Amino acid sequence: MCDQTFLVNVFGSCDKCFKQRALRPVFKKSQQLSYCSMCAEILEEERAKLHDVELHQVAERVEALGQFVMKTRRTLKGHGNKVLCMDWCKDKRRIVSSSQDGKVIVWDSFTTNKEHAVTMPCTWVMACAYAPSGCAIACGGLDNKCSVYPLTFDKNENMAAKKKSVAMHTNYLSACSFTNSDMQILTASGDGTCALWDVESGQLLQSFHGHGADVLCLDLAPSETGNTFVSGGCDKKAMVWDMRSGQCVQAFETHESDINSVRYYPSGDAFASGSDDATCRLYDLRADREVAIYSKESIIFGASSVDFSLSGRLLFAGYNDYTINVWDVLKGSRVSILFGHENRVSTLRVSPDGTAFCSGSWDHTLRVWA
Amino acid sequence: MERVVVSMQDPDQGVKMRGQRLLVTVIPHTVAGSDVVEWLAHKYCVSKEEALHLGGLLVQHGYLYPLHDPPSLVLRSDDTPYRFQTPYFWTSTLWPAAELDYAIYLTKKNIRKQGTLVGHEKEHCDQLHRKMSHMWDLVVMQAREQLRAAKQRRKGDRLVIACQEQTYWLVNRPPPGVPSVLEQGPERSFCAAEGVQMTKNTEFYKQEMERCRKALTRARVKSSVCLEAYLKFTSQHGPHDPMVSGCLPSNPWVTDDDTYWTLNAPSVAVPTKLRVERWGFSFQELLEDPVGRAHFMDFLRTEFSAENLSFWEACEELRHGGQAQIHATVDAVYRQFLAPGAARWVNIDSRTMERTLQGLQQPHRYVLDDAQLHIYMLMKKDSYPRFLKSAAYKDLLAEAVIPPDAKRRVFPFMRKPPHSSPSPALLPASTSGEPVAVASGPECGDGDT
Repeated sequence: MCDQTFLVNVFGSCDKCFKQRALRPVFKKSQQLSYCSMCAEILEEERAKLHDVELHQVAERVEALGQFVMKTRRTLKGHGNKVLCMDWCKDKRRIVSSSQDGKVIVWDSFTTNKEHAVTMPCTWVMACAYAPSGCAIACGGLDNKCSVYPLTFDKNENMAAKKKSVAMHTNYLSACSFTNSDMQILTASGDGTCALWDVESGQLLQSFHGHGADVLCLDLAPSETGNTFVSGGCDKKAMVWDMRSGQCVQAFETHESDINSVRYYPSGDAFASGSDDATCRLYDLRADREVAIYSKESIIFGASSVDFSLSGRLLFAGYNDYTINVWDVLKGSRVSILFGHENRVSTLRVSPDGTAFCSGSWDHTLRVWA
Repeated sequence: MERVVVSMQDPDQGVKMRGQRLLVTVIPHTVAGSDVVEWLAHKYCVSKEEALHLGGLLVQHGYLYPLHDPPSLVLRSDDTPYRFQTPYFWTSTLWPAAELDYAIYLTKKNIRKQGTLVGHEKEHCDQLHRKMSHMWDLVVMQAREQLRAAKQRRKGDRLVIACQEQTYWLVNRPPPGVPSVLEQGPERSFCAAEGVQMTKNTEFYKQEMERCRKALTRARVKSSVCLEAYLKFTSQHGPHDPMVSGCLPSNPWVTDDDTYWTLNAPSVAVPTKLRVERWGFSFQELLEDPVGRAHFMDFLRTEFSAENLSFWEACEELRHGGQAQIHATVDAVYRQFLAPGAARWVNIDSRTMERTLQGLQQPHRYVLDDAQLHIYMLMKKDSYPRFLKSAAYKDLLAEAVIPPDAKRRVFPFMRKPPHSSPSPALLPASTSGEPVAVASGPECGDGDT
């Protein structure tokens, strides 16, 4: 984020010290003033004072977490190729997952039974989502579309027959999510835009332009007024959007590589992002800056997917080196590393009640850990 | 980028680890598997398991290769000697492995020892032979040349070069069943479609400037305030987080017992203590929980302000409903809540009311936002705190259940198979669309308390 965008060659009397100097425009509390460079520096210092403490300093008071033990409790086998994406149902046990070969499967992960399976007409189904009511799923990928399938247990009905094509993009679909109801879907695409669609009619309600490259991920804010979402892309930027106006409200550009995944902190005041530069970062929305970096020298592979535990104390991140690292959000240290997958971890979500999390990987399996 | 870091490690390691080991033929600059693991564990302060994993990845990507010739790239934490791959062969250079080179390699192998080509290699060789039959003479000639040149080197060098080559091809043409480490996802372009690229010059920068200008004037909060907020939030929600504080009676995933879910079902008669406590954290928590919302509605009825919550719910329906229903919903809301003399007239201040009524001329999804926010704030600042202090809430807290801790099962053979619960898709749509989990019989812990 730039602070001084304009360098205007104006010579005159500084608004602060009143000396005759070359002036720069400076904004203080929505008023435009002209400061000479000396005074502008002082303003910078004042601004830096807003960042008066680091997270790990504040967190020193917090009790350290105890011994952390998490094991794979369920392994879901059934996909014939890399698992690319998954989502939980609100009933805390069902999940939908999609894979490279075009198959989208709905499982009851508690019993490991498969309940529904759909074959998409395209490969690389990179996005899937469960509707809040639990009655439909949405998925999309290289077909540039997002399709909604109502779930039916009627043996005579072919699920693919009831498919509704909702979103149309000009490049692959990288992420999709239902908003608070079954009626609207938010999508992110490789064509650099996000869009909000009405499911029933397929109408485009709002589009969000601003990313300079493929958008790879998005997440809806859990706020009470529920009007914003964050997206991350290949241009290394994470942008926060207002759903109503389509404007970008905030942007953060401190990552050094593509941002693969973004997720809001449970209170909605911050969000975490995982990127190919092997770090995860926490950005605060009110302070408007990055407040923590979760990285370790021994982690050299990119993070593909992140999620918070229910209280926001733990951050789970799946990496391309087949492992899952668990970070203490407040202290900034790594709590644990989980092995088990035999290929990249491509997707990771914590269950809606926080009892477990599920990870999907390129080794064709999904694992539920608790 | 991860490759760059991986490759950076090698020179470092090389400096620290160049232990000379003697094999039958003297080969300099080898390192033992166990040394690699130890060094990694030491340098990055990680456990042995992680160091082994990381080292294993290095080998898989072809940065280290074993000298004894098993055709598999695995890091063994013992005396097995390894060497560092020459930068020429590093995968980070991203040179696509040419078919011609592969053909030459396979032919060399064939010539050197007839019949050593393993299954898939033989297949590949035949395939290439067919594809490049016109060039096959060249291939054979090249292979012979390279073998002849190699004979002139020392045995040690020859072995090294052979291993290097073998590793390179193992990485680039993995045998069937071994996942290729070079696989990537679908191609990501740095610059999106042409349209965006072209407008980058004028529109884009104008937007950027606008955004920066707005950013400068935005009110920012001090970091300490924000960070304290996290601490507060996390400590408040900590006891409710199953991963941090466990859950009673037991985590369903660990014990295969879904009593926890039954007790916390969306529409359960008696909510658990933790759940009732959570309603006191914030208004949003109360509204999000169907049981909480119902109790709040009851409370509002006693205060004769239940229409506020109903109005808010109707506005939510408008905001998240289908596009086609907007007109009808707005009409219904107007008739019920906003029209003068309406049955359930909501008390909004005159300015907001005026604005809303005006907006109703052209109804759209967000036309009731102002009114909704006003009512929401009213409930949050007024009714909600009263609810928390009310006798009704205190009674709820007192009656709330604290589930007993499931007794640890000493003998796991008593485990009952997990019961399935009906999919939400099967149930008739309820008002909140939440499924009711089927109680899975009288089981709680050992069931013999």
